[in-house]
Amino acid sequence: MADTAVAAPRGGSEIARRGLLIGGVLIAALALAAFAGARYGALLLVGLGFGIVLEGLRFGFAGPWRAMILRREPAGLIAQLVSIGLVALAAFPLLATNGEELFGAHAPVGFAMVGGAFVFGAAMQLVMGCGSGTLVNAGSGNAVGAVALPFFAIGSFAGAYHLDWWISLGTAPVVVFDGTDGLLLTLIGLAAVAAVALWLAPAEARRIPRRLWIAAALIAALAVGNLLIAGQPWGIVYGLGLWAAKGAQALGADLSGSAFWATPVNAERLQQSLLTDVTSLTNIGLIGGAFLVASWRRGLTAKLPKLPARGWISAIVAGFLLGYSSRLAFGCNVGAFFSGVSTGSLHGWVWFIAAFYGSWWGVKLRPKLGLEG
Amino acid sequence: MTRKPIAFGVLGLVAALIAADLAGSEPLNPYQAPPLMAYGSGLAATGAHCAASAVQVQE
Repeated sequence: MADTAVAAPRGGSEIARRGLLIGGVLIAALALAAFAGARYGALLLVGLGFGIVLEGLRFGFAGPWRAMILRREPAGLIAQLVSIGLVALAAFPLLATNGEELFGAHAPVGFAMVGGAFVFGAAMQLVMGCGSGTLVNAGSGNAVGAVALPFFAIGSFAGAYHLDWWISLGTAPVVVFDGTDGLLLTLIGLAAVAAVALWLAPAEARRIPRRLWIAAALIAALAVGNLLIAGQPWGIVYGLGLWAAKGAQALGADLSGSAFWATPVNAERLQQSLLTDVTSLTNIGLIGGAFLVASWRRGLTAKLPKLPARGWISAIVAGFLLGYSSRLAFGCNVGAFFSGVSTGSLHGWVWFIAAFYGSWWGVKLRPKLGLEG
Repeated sequence: MTRKPIAFGVLGLVAALIAADLAGSEPLNPYQAPPLMAYGSGLAATGAHCAASAVQVQE
């Protein structure tokens, strides 16, 4: 996530500016609730909350994984695990007792899924932004994030278009941990990863900053809210692919030949407005929330870094790979790792291992591609 | 150059995307919208998610 400096308020004009920001956001959510439905207004607010917490408290995925790989600093990674554990504590019983109304982020493990997670992990280190991070970076004026975002959407659309072929390479049945045993197994798994991260860390790096504890709790609360309101866990990638699919359709593309886009649920999404699509709304909220925080802090006056041409080309290619690979992996750091693990899907754990290994390679590649500007 | 034009450019693109989508999609209808919360609604979940695949994989 972008680290924008905090500036002191400057009297009445500053209060008016901040009041305008908050008022604008609330009016947008209320207008959406009035014209589309209360659920959609609520989901926009949830997305704004995600964006505000991720940017405001600098809670992320790509940065903390990089810190763990390069310096063995586990704070950010452990905050992610704590947040996932908190969501699991609520999601497991909710899914067990409301199986019709709510569903988890459950997907199969397969060759393409593992490869997709590996490539996603590498690409997210190249642009220093994962699924949520790219949206937050773009919303806060990070040029690399803004360049990567449209290619992320195109890649997600293309990956979904080819998904059935990739699945056919070899995919196991879906494995879901559920009930009390499943919850305990998940919590033990999260604790084990946290213990290994702490064991690997130097003693002086083992303290978790207060802001990360607060962020972990807030992100968990918003993720549970997302599940209760939408009936499904927090996701990112589907919405981005839908944006590109709608663009392709507007340009005359016929998507009826795609096994993915022609399925009834996706064909319906293509006909309906983005303002009634769960992940599109939370994605828009993420961008808006990050903009709100960056503007609030006057972080938009920060200078852009100078990158060589190969750096920008790398951002475009990595953006496309982020989208394409996350479709093969049945989600990104949010849809697969955060939501998959917290709702008991084995693929979330496999995703984490493959993506972390991919991140190790991404960290090594980044300076060679001119992205350390 | 600062972050400001980039951030406003991204917001502008999102606004353009929404405007184009509203022009080309079925009109919004709050009277046919689902209830505020899926939880407790008694309705089956129907949304599309990143974890969904095109082919039915045995669960």
